[in-house]
Amino acid sequence: MLEIGPIFRALMRNKVGAVLIAIQIAITMTIIVNSVFMIVERNEKMQRQSGLDEANTFHISSVGFGEGFNPRSTVEADLAQLRALPGVVDAIQINALPISGGGWSMGLQTEPGAEHDGTGVAVYMVDEHGINALDVEVIAGENFAPSDIRWRASRSPTWPNKVILTKAMVEKLFPDSPWADAVGKTVYINDNDPMIISGIIDKLQAPWVGWDNVENAMLSPERMEFTATRYLIRTQPGQRDRLMPEVEEMLASSNKQRVIRGMRTVEEDRERSYRGDSAMIKILTTVMVILTIVTALGIVGLASFSVNRRRKQIGTRRALGASQGAILRYFMLENFLISSVGVVLGAGLTIGLNILLVNTFEMNPMNWYYIPIGMLVLWLVGQVAVYGPARRAAGIAPATATRTV
Amino acid sequence: MFSYYLRLAFKSLRRNPILSALMVAAIALGIGSSMTTITVNYLMSADPIPEKSDQLYYVQVDSWDPNNPYDDESNDPPNQLTWTDATNLMRAKQAPAQTAMAKSGGIIEPVNQDDKPFEASIRLAFNDFFSMFNVPFLYGNAWSDVADDERQQVIVLTRAINDKVFGGENSVGRSMVMAGKTFRVVGVMDNWQPTPKFYDVNNGAFDEVEEVYMPFYLKEELELPNWGNTNCWKSPEGEGFKAFLQSECINFQMWVELPTQADKADYLAFLDNYAQEQKALGRFPRPLNNRLSNVMEWMENQQVVADDARMMMWLSFMFLAVCLLNTIGLLLAKFTGKSAEIGLRRAVGASKGDLFAQHLVETGLIGVLGGLFGLGLALLGLEGIKSLYGNFVDNLASLDITLVIVGLLLALVSSIAAGLYPTWRACNIAPSSQLKSQ
Repeated sequence: MLEIGPIFRALMRNKVGAVLIAIQIAITMTIIVNSVFMIVERNEKMQRQSGLDEANTFHISSVGFGEGFNPRSTVEADLAQLRALPGVVDAIQINALPISGGGWSMGLQTEPGAEHDGTGVAVYMVDEHGINALDVEVIAGENFAPSDIRWRASRSPTWPNKVILTKAMVEKLFPDSPWADAVGKTVYINDNDPMIISGIIDKLQAPWVGWDNVENAMLSPERMEFTATRYLIRTQPGQRDRLMPEVEEMLASSNKQRVIRGMRTVEEDRERSYRGDSAMIKILTTVMVILTIVTALGIVGLASFSVNRRRKQIGTRRALGASQGAILRYFMLENFLISSVGVVLGAGLTIGLNILLVNTFEMNPMNWYYIPIGMLVLWLVGQVAVYGPARRAAGIAPATATRTV
Repeated sequence: MFSYYLRLAFKSLRRNPILSALMVAAIALGIGSSMTTITVNYLMSADPIPEKSDQLYYVQVDSWDPNNPYDDESNDPPNQLTWTDATNLMRAKQAPAQTAMAKSGGIIEPVNQDDKPFEASIRLAFNDFFSMFNVPFLYGNAWSDVADDERQQVIVLTRAINDKVFGGENSVGRSMVMAGKTFRVVGVMDNWQPTPKFYDVNNGAFDEVEEVYMPFYLKEELELPNWGNTNCWKSPEGEGFKAFLQSECINFQMWVELPTQADKADYLAFLDNYAQEQKALGRFPRPLNNRLSNVMEWMENQQVVADDARMMMWLSFMFLAVCLLNTIGLLLAKFTGKSAEIGLRRAVGASKGDLFAQHLVETGLIGVLGGLFGLGLALLGLEGIKSLYGNFVDNLASLDITLVIVGLLLALVSSIAAGLYPTWRACNIAPSSQLKSQ
């Protein structure tokens, strides 16, 4: 450790190079640590489950046209056909799809009256097959009975008197009591229309993955008498891709007064909804890798330069008895000192950038432990980068001291 | 002199090929990443209709819930209008040009019986839409005022739909079946894709324009479905389509053209007046909060530039900074290595200014080379962005001549800035000290 004194004094003679490297390390650390934090956040967001049997579920739209189109009989016929198809676990008519980006939301409140605030919730209109087709579990209360299902006319403002809610939604509505106690309680939709909670399901996400209330969902017991409608089909494992073209063909040929369109798997919905996040992860990763290489090359370049400039001094030291290890240690330590300044500065900048990002882009504040890990990593990068030039310095022959350059 | 310095610069670059390559690569990477993000941001924040973006105003009136503002944070009025307000304001005709509008869709049954019916998006608008937004026509024209008032079943097609249904022929005057009704084609638009799609940013500011255009009042006449966003603070009173149209649900947009500030002030006064009238009728329970935003103000308000894009641009500027610091370090190393040569040139009579100019040319050369490679990398980067984000960025990921010039200038300026200190240091070498050791 006695060596630090001379190294420090030598550094002070050639501040510019050292300062350049320190700043470079600081900015690199700022970008890398913030990027890693963003990647981890986005990754967590992407890992959330929708609640569906994603690998084995797809959906398809049917849009009727012409004067003679009968929505009610079409839906009944379609569902009967779909459910009878070998390989289909279950099929339902549904108004919107989890994590697909488009849907319907309402507010639910525990007291009637326009003066009370509602809690936002995604609405899924399903019949008694909904639980099975969506692959959700009723963890309290019970599923809808076939007699609960009503037909919803286009633009009807009324609601059925039963509702099934996700556990997350129940916990938001009744924060003070155990969630299971909510079964049988009344909530109000449209300010004043009562709905009785008949069941609670474990998990079902809203259509909008960026929504704060993404875990809030409700099932409303109804089929829709709409000309444009959607079916969600859950298949047995491995049967989805075989069934998709079959289903499309079957629906298209069973009724000529409609257009069959928008057939898509839930996996594709997920890919589309999270495309921005996955792109961001890839871009940030690329940036991090390139940036680390650039910084490391910068360290190699400047270290080589400083080794070359000091060939004669190194030779002299060697001639006076310094071992190869001592020379190696000299350059490693020098880099360690510079890196230390860099990472301390970097820690400040990292926090600064994070605060800026939190304020400007409503991001979350960073966990503290990212900072020490980032410092450690950049220290290591510096040491690895300087090792090559330091080895070469250690290899300089003592005889160099006797030569003029 | 310049060409001589340039020759010297090339020679000097060739003497240390690895060091030179490192410097050019560092600048190229910095410029490449910056230009990629600058391009995306530049196109996202572009003025979609520069010739009159300060004369077109988006209309907002506050018809919202007495208990809750439409937007808790900003206290902005609702971002769309109710049917009642859209039709009232259109009937008042208080601006030189105006159009209410809505998005819808329906099934087109092609003329040719062999072609399958398909679904297409509809923009419901008034005929001023086409003149206000400078929509180019390939065939025919917009429909007439009479067609708007009498709710005639006339239709304007995009070029793509005309190609699909009529094989690209001049279809003006022919009929087409859509949403179960027969329409007469009055016009075919030429290719038109404002970026951003400013007139309605509800379902994505960089979406394609709608495929079919028809008079606004047909919404009521044909009971066309709501596409886009529908938002209600209270449910419609009663069943059916009429009840929805009379409800407080918002699904409609409106633009007015106001050539002067006086026109704008007049129109705002009219809106306030209108809101007071509605209050007298028992609507508009909230405090007066009407707003007119011109195109760029509206784009800002709707935050069409994605946060991710802005964040990327910040990061890429920091990236460029690291690359430049790197270059400074490498230039320092390089010029110090040349101190003997510099000493010799000084001794045989070159002034400090001469040497400064010579080395500035050298750094400039490195900058230009880095800039050229950087533009190449930016093209790669934009391709990468297209493949990562899919179709919707197709309009957002292409370099134009302005961007190429910006990129080269950025490279040149930043490399010269990076070269200033090393050059200054190199020129301050005392010739005697260098000559002694030779």
